[in-house]
Amino acid sequence: MNFVALSYWDVLLAALLLTINGGLSIWLRLRLEKELAIAALRMVVQLALVGLILKALFTLVNPWLTALAAAVMIGFAGYEAMARQDRRLAGPWGYGLGAGAMLFAASVVTIFALTTQVQPDPWYSPRFALPMLGMILGNCMTGVSLGLNLLFGRAAKERGGIEAMLALGYPKREAMKPLIREAVRAGLIPIVNAMAATGLVSLPGMMTGQILAGVDPVEAVKYQMLIMFLIAGGTALGVFTAVFAGAARLTDERHRLRLDRLAKKASD
Amino acid sequence: MEDLTRPGLEPVSFSLDSGAALAVVGPSGAGKSLLLRALADLDPNSGRVQLDGTLREAVAAPVWRAKVSYVAATPGWWAETVGGHFRPEDRDIAAALLPRLKLPSAAMGWGIERLSTGEGLRVALARALVQQPRVLLLDEPTAALDAESTAAVEGLLHERVGDGLSLLFATHDRQQARRLAQRCLAVAKGGIVREEAL
Repeated sequence: MNFVALSYWDVLLAALLLTINGGLSIWLRLRLEKELAIAALRMVVQLALVGLILKALFTLVNPWLTALAAAVMIGFAGYEAMARQDRRLAGPWGYGLGAGAMLFAASVVTIFALTTQVQPDPWYSPRFALPMLGMILGNCMTGVSLGLNLLFGRAAKERGGIEAMLALGYPKREAMKPLIREAVRAGLIPIVNAMAATGLVSLPGMMTGQILAGVDPVEAVKYQMLIMFLIAGGTALGVFTAVFAGAARLTDERHRLRLDRLAKKASD
Repeated sequence: MEDLTRPGLEPVSFSLDSGAALAVVGPSGAGKSLLLRALADLDPNSGRVQLDGTLREAVAAPVWRAKVSYVAATPGWWAETVGGHFRPEDRDIAAALLPRLKLPSAAMGWGIERLSTGEGLRVALARALVQQPRVLLLDEPTAALDAESTAAVEGLLHERVGDGLSLLFATHDRQQARRLAQRCLAVAKGGIVREEAL
C-alpha cells in the first residue's frame, strides 16, 4: 500500500464533523461551542507550527537544535505535570521536581533506544529522537503527575498517622513507605492498563499512523511494541525518581514531616 | 533545656528530673502543643535540648524520639487494627497493658474504625508506654475520657513516674495538674512560657 497524501480540503472536510459536536452542544445547551471552537483552532495552529518546526529540524539535523527542541518539550511537560497537582512543593521545587525526573527518565530511555535499537545515523537524528521523546514524555508526564499528586495529597491527609510513627521513633523511611508505595502504584497503573488494552481495545496512534503511511503492519507492530516498552520503562523511571525525591523533600534530616514545604494550587 | 524556641513560642529554659512530672497549662492556642512538639523535635526549632547530658543533635532523630516520645491530642493511625500499631515484639506487653487502661486485651484485634475517641487516646498512650521512653510528652491525654478511665490513666502514669519516667503533659485541668505533677509551666497567649505554682 502506498502513502496517500492529504490535501487541505480533505482536512477541512474532516473538520466539518465538528459541527456534530457544536450542534449537540447547542441542542443540549452544554455551552461548549466557544470552548470547542477555541480548542479546535488551537489544535490546528499548534500542529501546523509543530509541523513547520519539525520540518526545519529534520532538514538541518543539528544536535544543538535537537537538544533545544527536546529541552522545550521537557520544559512544557514539567509545567503540565506541576499544573495537574492539587498540592505541590513550594517554590522552584514545584516545577523542578517533575521536570527533573522527566528530564532524567525520558533522556535515559530515549538515548538508550536511539543508540541500541533504532540506531539512526546520526544517533540524535531529530526525525527519530523527537517523536520518540514526545511519546515517552507524554506518558511519563501522566505517571509523574499522578504519583506526585497522590503523594502530596495523602501526606497532608494522613499527617496524623505519619507523625504518630515519627513521634515514636520510627524512621522517616518507614513512616513514608505506605505512601510511597501507593504513589508509585498510582503513577504506573495507566501504563500497565494501556499495555494490557493495546491491540484489543485500542490501536495505538503511532502504529495506526505508520500503517496509514504505507508501512507493513508487522513492522508497525514491532515499532509499537518497542515504543510501549520504552514508555513503560521511562514512566517507571520517572515516577520512581519523582516520588522518591518528593518524599525526601517532604521530610528532613531530623526525620520530620515538612508539610510547610507544600503549596496549594493558586486557584484553590 | 535552654532557649528552646520555634515560630509561635518564645524562648524557654527548664529542666526535668528523672521520675518527675511537669504539667503544661494555658489557654487553647497559646502554644502548649508547640512546646511539646518542639521537645520531640517534630517541627523545626532551635535551642539546647539534652537528655542525660547528651545533646539532641548528637543522636539520630528516631533514637531521640524513641527516648523522648510524643503522643498527640488527636491520635494518628497507620495500620488497620490496634495490634498493627505495636511492633511484633511489643504485642504481648501491649495486650497485658491494655486492661490497666480499662481496655480488654482482645482490643488488640479490634479495627481502628471501631475505637471511640477515648479508647483511641488510651491505645495511643499504650503504644507509647510499651516503648519505655525516658521522657513522655502527652498532649491532653485524658481530654475525652470519663472519670473512671481518667483515673486509670492517671494511676498508670503515676506508677511509671515512680519508676523513673519523666512526664510532661499539657492539660486544661488544673486539678489533674496538681494530682500528677510536682511543677507547672504556664503558656500564655503569644507563646510566653513561665513556671508558676500549681
